[in-house]
Amino acid sequence: MPGSYIPSEYLPVFITLVLGTCFAVGALVLGELLRPRRPYAEKLSIYESGNIPVGEPRTRFDVRFYVIGMLFVVFDVEAVFLYPWAVAFGNIGLLGFWSMIFFLAIILVGYLYDWKKGALE
Amino acid sequence: MSELRLLTPEIVLTVCMLGIFLSGLAIRSKGMLGLMTIAAAGVTAYLVPSASGTAFEGMFVADAYSSFFKLLFMLTLFLAVLLAIGSRTIREEYATEYYCLLMLASIGMMFMASANDLIILYVGLELMSLSVYVLTGFQRESRWSNEAAMKYLLLGTFATAILLFGIAMVYVLTGSTSIAAVALYVMTGGNTDPVLGIALLAIIIAFGFKIAAVPFHMWAPDAYQGAPTPVTAFMSVGPKAAAFAAFGRVLVEGFGAAWAEWAPAVTILVVLTVAGGNLLALRQDNVKRMFAYSSVAHAGYMLLGVLAGTIAGMQAVMTYLAIYAFMNMGVFTVMLMLENGEERSAYAGLAKRQPLLAGAMLIFLFSLTGIPPAGGFVGKLQVFLAAVDAGQTVLVVVAVIFSVVSAFYYLRLVGTMFMRESEDSVSCSASKTLLFAVILTAFFVLLLGIFPSLVLVG
Amino acid sequence: MLPEFFFGYFACAILGLAMLTVTRKNLVHSVLWMLLLFLHIACLYLFLNAEFLAVIQVIVYAGAILVLFLFLVMLLNLREEHEARRFVKAWQGRLAVCILLLTVIVISVYKAAVQPTGGYSITFINEMGHTKVLGTVLFNQYVLPFLMTALVLFVPMVAAIVLAMKERKR
Repeated sequence: MPGSYIPSEYLPVFITLVLGTCFAVGALVLGELLRPRRPYAEKLSIYESGNIPVGEPRTRFDVRFYVIGMLFVVFDVEAVFLYPWAVAFGNIGLLGFWSMIFFLAIILVGYLYDWKKGALE
Repeated sequence: MSELRLLTPEIVLTVCMLGIFLSGLAIRSKGMLGLMTIAAAGVTAYLVPSASGTAFEGMFVADAYSSFFKLLFMLTLFLAVLLAIGSRTIREEYATEYYCLLMLASIGMMFMASANDLIILYVGLELMSLSVYVLTGFQRESRWSNEAAMKYLLLGTFATAILLFGIAMVYVLTGSTSIAAVALYVMTGGNTDPVLGIALLAIIIAFGFKIAAVPFHMWAPDAYQGAPTPVTAFMSVGPKAAAFAAFGRVLVEGFGAAWAEWAPAVTILVVLTVAGGNLLALRQDNVKRMFAYSSVAHAGYMLLGVLAGTIAGMQAVMTYLAIYAFMNMGVFTVMLMLENGEERSAYAGLAKRQPLLAGAMLIFLFSLTGIPPAGGFVGKLQVFLAAVDAGQTVLVVVAVIFSVVSAFYYLRLVGTMFMRESEDSVSCSASKTLLFAVILTAFFVLLLGIFPSLVLVG
Repeated sequence: MLPEFFFGYFACAILGLAMLTVTRKNLVHSVLWMLLLFLHIACLYLFLNAEFLAVIQVIVYAGAILVLFLFLVMLLNLREEHEARRFVKAWQGRLAVCILLLTVIVISVYKAAVQPTGGYSITFINEMGHTKVLGTVLFNQYVLPFLMTALVLFVPMVAAIVLAMKERKR
């Protein structure tokens, strides 16, 4: 019956998650409660001889980083397909095997092209 | 593996695409690469199978229906490449990418025509749409091109999301995405389920977007106007034909037995599209925008054939699309040849300056209006007859009335060409390639008008 | 009782996180809420016995797609949401669309008959292993869509050069 399934083997992951969250949030809350707070101008100013910040902290990215990010997504998807292909290798037959070779070839052509055009520089 | 034989055209075009793509790294000539693409299109068209059958557990089907559309796509590809060779809007530097994206879009369209499973249909649609979005924004330095691509991408993605929702609903109902399973489900009396209505509505809305039917046409004028003209010519024919191919397959073959459920929605779409497209086209000053609305109106006429819900109706749509491909691409070629071809003033006195071009344009405009010796008449007649046979007489009358309205804006352009004198000399492209494309399309529009039996499907 | 409790938590959390994602004015905050949203969706998949899908949700969406989102935010360098003129001002319209969509989904979920589950029951999948079952189905039954996906992935690689690269220096 769908909807009645409990992934019980993930219990350790769940416990780790809960403990981790509790620890992180707890530490922040505890620190907030316990630490003394007496701010004055000297303390809030920039440390020692540091400069007064100029301009925006975030600078504009070059669009090329986006191209690289996109390539990352493409290869991520490829890896995601590669994994079940490898696990089910015994059951997929010749067509399944060659389909992955074709898939890799296409991605490779695209990658070589992007490389040649200087997207990775 | 023997079933792969049915996929020969798709495989060949994919291999050619990769070959041209790689040789594009060495060859930098737009003409040379264009010729290679044309050769690829020719070989692919030659290999379109005449045998029918299914492959991949019934997901992929090759039949006369899909073969017809594949030939049509190859024709569109051929003309789009000719336009690119002849015009300066596509820069030499990015020629490889242009041709490859055209071929990728064509591969997607071929899969759409052959899809017998909604998954194949969806992935094919994505492949086509993504390529066309990029082609729309191909003129990077043009703000209009960028805006057009952005708008097309956003609204197009929205449409595909709705389609996906519809497919999910179909899966909920039938437990399968196969069109054959849908047909079986509908035939065994599943059409009372409200979920079916939702699925149908989502599918109709999504395809309404893709064929630019009113009220889902908002992207079309901007995208058509902003895109480089060779791309506009391509996207006004190819993707529209592919959407009709898939639409017909899903509605008539899959949901054929539930005709009564989807007919009202399509009826509304037909009335709005035929009325809206023609009335809005009347008000346009920009010629390219006018033809964008005109192609919206033509989608309305074709939708009438789908609404008939019969095989005869779909055959009429196919005939119409074949003629529409020639006349619409012809119009955009003429526009491309004239400097400032988007402005009405460019056409003033064209009959005196360029009698050949004006003559060809006259044929295209007559054809678009549906005046007898030209091909458009045959297409309209077929669609209207099929609709009357299916008992849609009232709708046909509406369509005829608005088709008379369309004569106003088409013939106004004819008037500009023949009656008005040009104030200043507008220069015209001397490209032989473009002239060849114009003559070719004009010839076929006339030929199909005089000997309609050449293209009458059935 | 326990599955319902977990489902309820994830459903509510996903709704709340989605609201947070779309309402934040600071885009980086939006993206971070979205990360949490994706992780919750992954957990939901886990409870639907779709282990592999859950992992993909984390790797592809939370890992890769979100990076693209962040890049985009940095690319546009918008500190605050740009207050643009809207075509549709009235929130009533948007609410109506939402309610309509919600009704549609509720109706379809209620009306949906539970279909025959086929050969892939929970016990069968657990015996054979999620990934193996998925791989077998994907590379036998659905091998054609998989092949087409390769071409779909090819398009952005070409598009990136056409649309995003700077002019090549001569």
